[in-house]
Amino acid sequence: MAELRTEEMVLNMGPQHPSTHGVLRVELVVDGEVVVDAIPHIGYLHRCFEKHAEVMSYQQIVPYCDRMDYLGSMNNDHAYVLGVEKLLNIQVPQRVEYIRVIMAEFQRIASHLVSIGTYGLDIGAFTPFLFCFRDREMILDLFEMTCGARLLYNYMWPGGLSHDLPPGFVEKARAFIKHFRPAIKELNELLSYNEIFVKRTANVGVLPADIAINYGASGPTLRGSGVKWDLRKCEPYSVYDKFDWDIVVGTGEMGTLGDCWDRYMVKVWEIEQSLRIIEQALDTLPEGDVQAAIPKRVRPPVGEVYVRSESPRGELAYYIVSDGSQKPYRVKGRAPSFSNLSLLPEISRGYLIADMIAIIGSVDITLGDVDR
Amino acid sequence: MSSADTYFKNIGKGFWTVLLGMKVTMRHLFTPAVTIQYPDARMPIPERGRNRLYVNMDDCIGCNQCGMACPVGCITIETAKSLPTEDLGVTSTGQKKRLWVTQFDIDFAKCCYCGLCVPPCPTECIYMTDVFEFSEYDRDKLNYSFITLTPEEAAQKTEQAKAAEKEAAAKKAAAAAAAAAQKAAQPQNVTPSQNVTQPPAQSIPPAAPRPAPAVAPAPQPAVKPEIAGAEAGQAPSVTAEPQGGQKVSSPESVYPPKPQEQATRAPQELKPNDNPKGSAD
Amino acid sequence: MHNFITYYIGAGFWGSLVSSIIPLVFILPFALVAIWLELKISAHMQDRVGPMRTGKWHGWAQPLADVTKLIQKEDIIPAAADKALYILAPALVFVGAYAAYAAIPFSPAYIGSNINLGIFYIVAVSALVVIGILMAGWSSNNKWSLLGAMRTAAQLVSYEIPSSLAILAVVMVAGSLNLNDICAAQSGWFWNWFVFGKFPFLFITFIIYFIASLAETNRSPFDIPEAESELVAGYHTEYSGMRFAFFYLAEYANMFVVAAVAAVLFFGGWNSPFGTFLSGPVWGVFWLIGKGMVLVFIQIWLRWTLPRFRVDQLMYLSWKILTPFALVNIFAVGLWVVLRG
Ligand code: SF4
Ligand code: SF4
Repeated sequence: MAELRTEEMVLNMGPQHPSTHGVLRVELVVDGEVVVDAIPHIGYLHRCFEKHAEVMSYQQIVPYCDRMDYLGSMNNDHAYVLGVEKLLNIQVPQRVEYIRVIMAEFQRIASHLVSIGTYGLDIGAFTPFLFCFRDREMILDLFEMTCGARLLYNYMWPGGLSHDLPPGFVEKARAFIKHFRPAIKELNELLSYNEIFVKRTANVGVLPADIAINYGASGPTLRGSGVKWDLRKCEPYSVYDKFDWDIVVGTGEMGTLGDCWDRYMVKVWEIEQSLRIIEQALDTLPEGDVQAAIPKRVRPPVGEVYVRSESPRGELAYYIVSDGSQKPYRVKGRAPSFSNLSLLPEISRGYLIADMIAIIGSVDITLGDVDR
Repeated sequence: MSSADTYFKNIGKGFWTVLLGMKVTMRHLFTPAVTIQYPDARMPIPERGRNRLYVNMDDCIGCNQCGMACPVGCITIETAKSLPTEDLGVTSTGQKKRLWVTQFDIDFAKCCYCGLCVPPCPTECIYMTDVFEFSEYDRDKLNYSFITLTPEEAAQKTEQAKAAEKEAAAKKAAAAAAAAAQKAAQPQNVTPSQNVTQPPAQSIPPAAPRPAPAVAPAPQPAVKPEIAGAEAGQAPSVTAEPQGGQKVSSPESVYPPKPQEQATRAPQELKPNDNPKGSAD
Repeated sequence: MHNFITYYIGAGFWGSLVSSIIPLVFILPFALVAIWLELKISAHMQDRVGPMRTGKWHGWAQPLADVTKLIQKEDIIPAAADKALYILAPALVFVGAYAAYAAIPFSPAYIGSNINLGIFYIVAVSALVVIGILMAGWSSNNKWSLLGAMRTAAQLVSYEIPSSLAILAVVMVAGSLNLNDICAAQSGWFWNWFVFGKFPFLFITFIIYFIASLAETNRSPFDIPEAESELVAGYHTEYSGMRFAFFYLAEYANMFVVAAVAAVLFFGGWNSPFGTFLSGPVWGVFWLIGKGMVLVFIQIWLRWTLPRFRVDQLMYLSWKILTPFALVNIFAVGLWVVLRG
């Protein structure tokens, strides 16, 4: 029998594809439906964050940080202000740090909810998506009552916060947590342990720990591969060392360690850990003036600083160089999504197009974070 | 055998989890919706809500602190020095106003609602309101002008300030040359300044409240204990702006005018002008 | 007399015309109602309310507005498309769905065509849909469409087998391929329905048929041909306006076909569940449509609950689970029929 002549097909996925989570373009080389190669093309959401930062005062950069990873604005701000404060060498009141941690953890939950919900959407389940967004809205309500915005907060300022917690915040946050715990259980029933979902995600896009480390992956993507690495614990910043919580890692219980299901499930479990942190922080919230340490003029001495923090997507770091003026000489953002995205070709070869979607979703990128 | 075992187990698990999922969705079919019917019902906007900005020009001293704080540069402020003979009044915080604000534009198409412009203001006259529905078909219409001067007035103020500056420069030069010459120059610029303030008041009769502070500025600050609502009396003259590009906030949508303050400030002119101008835009 | 129309008008041209138009008259409102139900049910399952404005009362006119919008839209044919096939495809898909209505016994007194091979005919014409979808995918000249079409072809062909085997089990019990006869064989109270007969074999048969029918209508969790998150919109990616509406309509028409067939085969068709209570030709229509709607509801319910299968898992389900089970089932039912009658 004569050999069948087959050809590989180049398929352009994105930038307007429904499941690339933004304006990512992936050039797929497919053999039938099997992915032979996947080449991500980025830059569609490039907004010159780093160049902008060079002509802004330190304070004015905060709204720009918000927009880097627009699903994790609080975390972005947190890392940035920690850096500026380190440059300025100022101590912020404890209350400020506690509130920042509360906000950052709420933001982490909100971001994970988006990630989980859209992941369900990628796999074809529409309903969990809306359940996740319903709960995320409640977190955004909390943010809005605190700082007035629902997405891009500009809440953490170098030296303090734009506002103190509003009256009623603590009660509302507690009520949310009470409502939210059963909601996660329901989500697990509906999606996480659904056999079709498990079959779609287990053993797909397996990322071995060594490859993850070599590519500089971080966050749930790294922890999904079983690596216990979380900067909140391993290199505690802010007041994270005061709380009792655990790093969750992938278990490979449904398939292989480091598959899509693990990466997905780590996020679900991390939500619970974040809730634990928030509860403890709410219980031990110190009193104080949140604006006491805000400097009149942010004019750090000549120097440079590198701060890293754990954003919902992984290790988010800022490298800030000060030349002694009111504007930084250079601000460089190390975006977790960028490193994580670079894994894509590595873990998607040999899977089907449908798996490709599952893999992109499980790596959980924000294009704003990738392109900056 | 074990593979056959897993085969049946998988089928069983598949069915079971599907049923579990169906139970969840069925339960939610009968739980009340959490969404609201937007244009009919609105979510309450918290006190700190950051939406459209408003500038209370009565209190603005034209210091441009807000413009400098803005990271996107969407606030454009032009000022003109007032003449020593003009009294612009004081702000509600007791600061003396020295500058005519001839241009105060905020381009809400650029604004990112970060709120950075609010805290630096020394008189707390720029602040966030709860208006968030102001979409436009034309991007230029999002460039709001807040000045209370009419364009003619603004132009005159600028010119007058320029003239004054020139004169001051000339004066300086003259002072350097001969100290006696300046004495004669001074009375001359008093008269033009008074002429300048008058014409707009006559040319645009509806904008009556504007000349009021120019003519009798003294009582105004005294009755204004706070910022909010204080602009109610001024607003009509803001709306009088006829230029197409510049839309002006309609006062009634931003703040309910405070009746008592309205009353102190020429109420009879205010009533008829309020609406037609707001809708003219 | 199985068709009251031909009884009154005669079996000539006009009689045939009128009785063939009736299903069309049914499909359109049904599709609109089903779309509305889908919108509302999905919304409430997701803690939303769905359309509320169009037509005042709970947005009942929303599907109407949607269709009107689609009709008004510009008819875009991609420049690189194979025009003839591109235009023909939606029509063919719709015809496949529509033709099946000819053999559905809406009531003892109304069936488009009371042919002896009724169920066989439905299975056969439903298969036309595959050709239409393949045509659509191929002629669009779009890689995503082609992938979707290929998936559909594989999927529909695979699922014909378990569904046909499931149907066969019922046919063995009823001893007829005529749908009216199958209904008649289940008359009386609801425990006479085949779904409860030869317990549990026919119940399993029903499950197999229902799953397979979901796949045949490209409903979730088997909606991989149009998997919007993977293939953008699959075979109808390039379609818009009226042609897209045709695909849409065909999907809902098909949904009801499989639901009606399931109702006939397993739930007594036009029989009242309570013996002679509320039975008769007119109530027959009510019962059949009612039972069909319940099954349509389950289809909708599943769609908004489940994630989507992957292509290979779909094949696995069909060939390694449904087909063997159907075969075992058919053997057991056959044995039962032979031994116990
Ligand atoms: S809110 Fe921010 S962007 Fe808008 S005018 Fe104020 S400082 Fe500028
Ligand atoms: S900071 Fe306040 S007073 Fe100064 S220009 Fe801006 S609005 Fe006017």
